[in-house]
Amino acid sequence: MTEQGIYLDNNATTRVDPEVLAEMLPLFTEHFGNPSSMHGFGAAVGGKIEWARKQVQALLGAAHDSEIVFTSGGTESDNTAILSALEAYPKKRSIVTSVVEHPAVLALCDYLEKKRGYTVHRIGVDGQGNLDMGAYKAALGPDVAIVSIMWANNETGTIFPIEELATLAKAAGAVFHTDAVQAVGKIPMKLADSAVDMLSLSGHKLHAPKGIGALYVKRGLRFRPMLRGGHQERSRRAGTENAPGIVGLGAAAQLALLHMNDENTRVKALRDRLEKAILAAVPACFVTGNPANRLPNTCNIAFEYIEGEAILLLLNEAGIAASSGSACTSGSLEPSHVMRAMGVPYTAAHGATRFSLSRETTEAEIDHVIAVVPGIIAKLRSLSPYWSQGGATKEFAPVYS
Amino acid sequence: MWNYTDKVKEHFFNPKNAGALDEANAVGEVGSITCGDALKLMMKVNPDTQVIEEAKFQTFGCGSAIASSSALTEMIIGKTVDEALVVTNRDIAEYLGGLPPEKMHCSVMGAEALRAAIANYKGEAWVDDHEEGELVCKCFGIDAAMIERAVTVNSLTTLEEVTHYTKAGGSCQTCHEKIEEVLEAVLAKTGALDKPKAHPPGTVGLDAIKPLAPKAEAPAAPAKLTNVQRMQKIMVAIEELRPQIQRDGGDVELVDIDGKDIYVRLTGACSGCSQSAGTMMGVQAKLVEALGEFVRVKPASLLPAGA
Repeated sequence: MTEQGIYLDNNATTRVDPEVLAEMLPLFTEHFGNPSSMHGFGAAVGGKIEWARKQVQALLGAAHDSEIVFTSGGTESDNTAILSALEAYPKKRSIVTSVVEHPAVLALCDYLEKKRGYTVHRIGVDGQGNLDMGAYKAALGPDVAIVSIMWANNETGTIFPIEELATLAKAAGAVFHTDAVQAVGKIPMKLADSAVDMLSLSGHKLHAPKGIGALYVKRGLRFRPMLRGGHQERSRRAGTENAPGIVGLGAAAQLALLHMNDENTRVKALRDRLEKAILAAVPACFVTGNPANRLPNTCNIAFEYIEGEAILLLLNEAGIAASSGSACTSGSLEPSHVMRAMGVPYTAAHGATRFSLSRETTEAEIDHVIAVVPGIIAKLRSLSPYWSQGGATKEFAPVYS
Repeated sequence: MWNYTDKVKEHFFNPKNAGALDEANAVGEVGSITCGDALKLMMKVNPDTQVIEEAKFQTFGCGSAIASSSALTEMIIGKTVDEALVVTNRDIAEYLGGLPPEKMHCSVMGAEALRAAIANYKGEAWVDDHEEGELVCKCFGIDAAMIERAVTVNSLTTLEEVTHYTKAGGSCQTCHEKIEEVLEAVLAKTGALDKPKAHPPGTVGLDAIKPLAPKAEAPAAPAKLTNVQRMQKIMVAIEELRPQIQRDGGDVELVDIDGKDIYVRLTGACSGCSQSAGTMMGVQAKLVEALGEFVRVKPASLLPAGA
């Protein structure tokens, strides 16, 4: 438990590992040169960047280090991948994606559909968040330029069958991209043997700083840059390299590989323990997503008849940081598009609360959360018009505007 | 994280009058289908004196929805039914020391529950006629539903017109893409009403959408202003806002400047208008931008006595 409390919002962002920071610091004041420069100041930095590229290559199991393009993060990687495929295959006018993607993909697809005339096929999911494979196969065809489907969902942790999806896409002649910002570092990968063409990752989801990410681009894939300018990143992403960020991502990738087993054993066991204890202690709540096939660190529980922001505020008072798919936490009026896509009812979707652990989470922290959560839920239910005397009430039927 | 005032936090963490009221004789149950929140307000009204002797609430909603409900009960206990009817959502928000623009609809729900409960007490039918949509303009608190209505009712075709009619997009100007999207969506639906002959098929009215012309004057110099320069800047900024407000049949006038506090008077259609809190927020946003410093815009009625 740190001084600031118990941090269970690691799918939103992670703490920079002190070892990562230590690797980065010399890049600010000592090795500050521009890697493009001819002098010694630049050369030292160039070497560090190539070291970092190899670390990311190793984490992804990529065949070549030149397949890694450093970017500013997940959103830039996603935008680059989709726009690149559309430019590389200008005659193809369709995009296939899923209804539960991150806004970095969904909002871009909405825009391309509305303003650029593309056809977007958004594949639905079932009640557990599993992709509708029948609809996916039906959507693939000669007009599809790119398929972009996430590896693991940020809200529920549900994992999609990426290799199968990629193989099907390739057979239909489409480029396959996956937004893997939640999966990288938690799921072992070997992209060298994979049909995946492009993959997005984000540094700050794996204990590197914010503002750095990467796009994996398979050798031989037709690629068109989004940012044009200098020759950095082999002209695939112009702009002076974010050298400290890149080195930080390299160090974080190295550590992620080292801790992959810990994530899938100890962290997973802590997550399961948290989940079991809450489900046992709190009535009228359920796990969203597919519990049998999800990230080892993520647990999303829908508490019925209460609202997520209120839960988060009370958790915060108890020193616990979590996240919610409730409308009120985002400023939009709609609850999470992921919960709605799974058909979770409004009164439960609003109370969906995500606990996302990391390798820094301890047993004592989980025990504290287990002790605190039931009281918070009971307090809010005592305020809820949908709840009376320890159970849901059917009587309440408000006039909706 | 929202910037909730201490008063909001106080009413959320320790809500007043929460729970069921079995002997209630006035009950209002309202909800917002868009955000999913719902509120049940229960009051015990003395039939002889018409005084609300007790009020309790149950709320399914976020921190500000619970705080608004709690504040509402505190505000109406001891009032007669007719006195309570005067309470608006703005009063609830003011009681709480303000709400973030995205959260103003939580106070609206409180005001609606009060009206529903009073109608229930009087045995009248109550119809909720307000609509809401996604917040588009943060400065003036204008949502998509209001822009849609303004565009439809007034046959608006340009961003500039939307700003003149609703004030949306008139201050920080960062929401212009969103406004254009709403405008396009409405025009696509009702495009026929706007002289279709002038446009090629399928683009009815869309070519009329143009971004606002950039402001001629350069951004404010960072140098420290003299009191006179500062006052002039404030006057110019308010003058710039007046045409928009006058379109609504209202007006705004500068009354006094007291350091960071700037007192204005809203007149005409603005006085007593349910949107006037939004207008004040918009005036404040405009002044903060013009001056490059934080100032607080207050109604002239709050001017200290003797000033």
